[in-house]
Amino acid sequence: MSTYRIQGATGEWEVVIGLEVHAQVTSNAKLFSGASTAFGAEPNTQVSLVDAAMPGMLPVPNRECIRQAVRTGMAIEAQINAWSRFDRKNYFYADLPQGYQISQLYHPIVGEGQLTIEADEKAGIPEDKVIGIERIHVEQDAGKLMHDQHPTMSYVDLNRVGIALMEIVSKPDMRSPAEAGAYVRKLRSILRYVGSCDGNMEEGSMRADVNVSVRKPGEEFGTRTETKNVNSVRFVMQVIEYEANRQVDVLENGGTVDQETRLFDPGTGTTRTMRSKEDAHDYRYFPDPDLLPLELEDSFLEECRASLPELPDAKRARYENELGLTPYNARELTAEVETFGRFETLLAAASAKIGQPEAKVATQVANWALSVAPGVVKSLGDEANMANATAEAQAAILAMQDKGEISGGQAKEIYEIVLKEGGEPEAIADERGLKQVSDTGAIEAKIDEIIAANEDKVAEYRGGKDKLFGFFVGQTMKAMQGKANPAVVNQLLKAKLDG
Amino acid sequence: MTDFTQLGVKDIRDGVAGGDFTAREVAESFNAAVAAAAELNAFIVTTPDHALAAADAVDAKRAKGESLGKMGGVPIGMKDLFATKGVQTTAASHILEGFKPEYESTVSQNLWDAGAGMLGKLNLDQFAMGSSNETSYFGNVNSPWKKEGTNSAMSPGGSSGGSSSAVAARIAPAATGTDTGGSIRQPAAFTGICGIKPTYGRCSRWGVVAFASSLDQAGPMARSVEDCAIMLEAMAGFDPKDATSLQMDVPNWEAALNADLKGKKVGIPKEYRMDGTDQAILDSWEQGKAMLRDAGAEIVDVSLPHTKYALPAYYIIAPAEASSNLARYDGVRYGLRDLPDGAGLQDMYAATRAAGFGDEVKRRVLIGTYVLSAGFYDAYYTQAQKIRTLVAQDFEKAFAECDVILAPTTPTASFPLGSLDADPLTMYLNDVFAVPASLAGLPAMSVPAMLNPDGLPLGLQLVGKPFDEQGVLDAGLAIQQRAGFEAQPEKWW
Repeated sequence: MSTYRIQGATGEWEVVIGLEVHAQVTSNAKLFSGASTAFGAEPNTQVSLVDAAMPGMLPVPNRECIRQAVRTGMAIEAQINAWSRFDRKNYFYADLPQGYQISQLYHPIVGEGQLTIEADEKAGIPEDKVIGIERIHVEQDAGKLMHDQHPTMSYVDLNRVGIALMEIVSKPDMRSPAEAGAYVRKLRSILRYVGSCDGNMEEGSMRADVNVSVRKPGEEFGTRTETKNVNSVRFVMQVIEYEANRQVDVLENGGTVDQETRLFDPGTGTTRTMRSKEDAHDYRYFPDPDLLPLELEDSFLEECRASLPELPDAKRARYENELGLTPYNARELTAEVETFGRFETLLAAASAKIGQPEAKVATQVANWALSVAPGVVKSLGDEANMANATAEAQAAILAMQDKGEISGGQAKEIYEIVLKEGGEPEAIADERGLKQVSDTGAIEAKIDEIIAANEDKVAEYRGGKDKLFGFFVGQTMKAMQGKANPAVVNQLLKAKLDG
Repeated sequence: MTDFTQLGVKDIRDGVAGGDFTAREVAESFNAAVAAAAELNAFIVTTPDHALAAADAVDAKRAKGESLGKMGGVPIGMKDLFATKGVQTTAASHILEGFKPEYESTVSQNLWDAGAGMLGKLNLDQFAMGSSNETSYFGNVNSPWKKEGTNSAMSPGGSSGGSSSAVAARIAPAATGTDTGGSIRQPAAFTGICGIKPTYGRCSRWGVVAFASSLDQAGPMARSVEDCAIMLEAMAGFDPKDATSLQMDVPNWEAALNADLKGKKVGIPKEYRMDGTDQAILDSWEQGKAMLRDAGAEIVDVSLPHTKYALPAYYIIAPAEASSNLARYDGVRYGLRDLPDGAGLQDMYAATRAAGFGDEVKRRVLIGTYVLSAGFYDAYYTQAQKIRTLVAQDFEKAFAECDVILAPTTPTASFPLGSLDADPLTMYLNDVFAVPASLAGLPAMSVPAMLNPDGLPLGLQLVGKPFDEQGVLDAGLAIQQRAGFEAQPEKWW
């Protein structure tokens, strides 16, 4: 249960949030035409006759887009509708050449599903929470108007026209900005795992329509507003915060919330009316007569399912249960496709190099990947040549450390050199003397000197002042110029002092 | 110069192939006939050079001993609903006046690939909306026929009125048509020629200006059943660019033509005997039955109980689809743009569409917008779709008892242009017998049966099972052979 509340003059208010996320389907071609979908091309260079809605042109569904929507549905444990249909949503606008958007109102391809957002005490999410997903449907994107190209006219860029979008509609299950933020992040993570959307919010590959209403806890849902086209997690949270407070103000001042469409202004963090319910379009939805119902065969569905990768929740569970990672490390490593990709590559390399099963070395590798290595990279700044950050080099460093040949500090030093200059970690360790001494003779000699020079402290230690053990370790390491193997030092000291 | 204009598709194809005459001679002959028939107003633009170039290509192939194609050497008229690359394509509208596509429709390309040439782009009812060819922005098309003893301009039917007029007047041996709710069959019947609408999906709709997508089907219009069979073979075929295209091989209809109907059952739908149907039409229907019986068929009564709901359902579904299909004509990317001083986007839409669409198109866009509106959708569109399903089921049941259905094509013969101006509903009734087969997506054909007492042609309609164009053509051929329809309009143009 979220404890997020708006404190109003009349008491506490609860926020109810639903999100409609538009995710651009990863596909080289558009939903109903063969035109390219690459981002950043010159205006109107990626437009087919179909996209431009020339007379007599017809849409033909792109199998890859359908496949990605189905795989996404499977990834959120949703019902896949083997029979679905495309509808036309009719309205006039200059960025919509057909005069209608081909969408799916009545029979979407994906039905009810869900995803889980993880507990995050700091964010006010005390426990894992399941967020329901109402549906996913596929539809065409529109073009873009440019108002700054001419003093009296607007220009139209049709490059985006007809690109496939998935509209992923949540249930009104979220109760705080943090939950909504976590939902978008989790959804983005799933989409990126599946490979059905690159999740790039700046380029507009993912954007959200944010539905917000407020109510006194336990009462019926209030009237909601819909804020369109919000393109970052932070903005989604800002919209909710702003809208919830605005609505509470309205209600507490005796007003009513209008069911309306609003726009977010990232500059001020506020929303404003875009169009009211009275101005709402009548979209005159009806089945697109140019397209037959979409019927998915069992073999197609099986192929979609078989092609799904391990998904975030399963991977996180495996990291915790099979690799023995801490919940924190497991979550950090599984959040992003790139992170777990690098981790798994390094884990395999380190496991091979060390000659131990992955589960035995996973914690060491995770600590390296999450804190040690990023720390080195950060300290080097521009000096780090990330092309040198190969799994092989890092595995070699981890293997030397595992064998006790190098200390943690030496591991960092070697990695610094690798990043700056390149080279084999083993050779660097040898050539630059970055190895720790495990030769008991050399260490024993130094220990004997230290014991001789500190007889008073030896007596205190033997008298029961155990804490002094650390002093002797420190003196020994100092005498060895930090290159002694701490485990050997410990062992020898123990024997000499206790013996 | 020899006059080849009495020849049909088969005659020309075989004559050219056999070396009796050249394709160029034929093209020149028809080009001259087209040029001399401006009074019919059958063509919006003429393309004599296209016809000659295609003819020369066929003649060159023949000289090299190559195959000439199914339509080798046949010049045809192209309904101006088909996009033709570099040649103005208007759908008989002002809004597309001057529009020259960068692409060729699949059907027209198929015809050129089969050796046909283009005499010109044929006039039609604007956006194929109309039953008299009076809604064209480029003026009415005149039928070559006159009511006996009068000189009134008669309707060639619609929407493929330019096609019917040209073929009946012998200024084109054949023409393409499109049929949404009778637009091939009704004009064929009005002008004493043949026309077949194949099963929905046989001919690609790619590059055909859309009227009502779930109903639109292209088909041939010619003077004989054989010619229709030949030309349909050339037009039809699966097209991956049309998601509703039938993924089926095109049968060799011409080779399989067989007027012997022994063992076949011909259904007579009792619901087609409607009030207001001309006696001459009923007489022709009786004659049709007799002819098919004579060809060996058994005549059986069948029932299509939802027939009377078909026309109202059609006039909901077709305008609904049209209102959406025509939204792309907005003045933004091509065609007419009317941008009054200081106008914004909405003003431009309004001005462009007000100036660019004719009254009948506006009427249907308004009807379609209305029936799809929130609050009316279920009462109109959903109900109409249910009726459509029931109409299709009627046919399924009827075809359990018969192989092909015989009915009149139209309730009346042609009428004088202008006579139904004030009465769109009576105009819509022209298609009462044609629409049910359209709603069910079935192959249907009109063949000439006789002249009525006013000397105007009457047609008989044959409706077949899905994909059974052959059954329709065979029955049509049986009627053609027995009706012996040789009448031609007297040349007045």
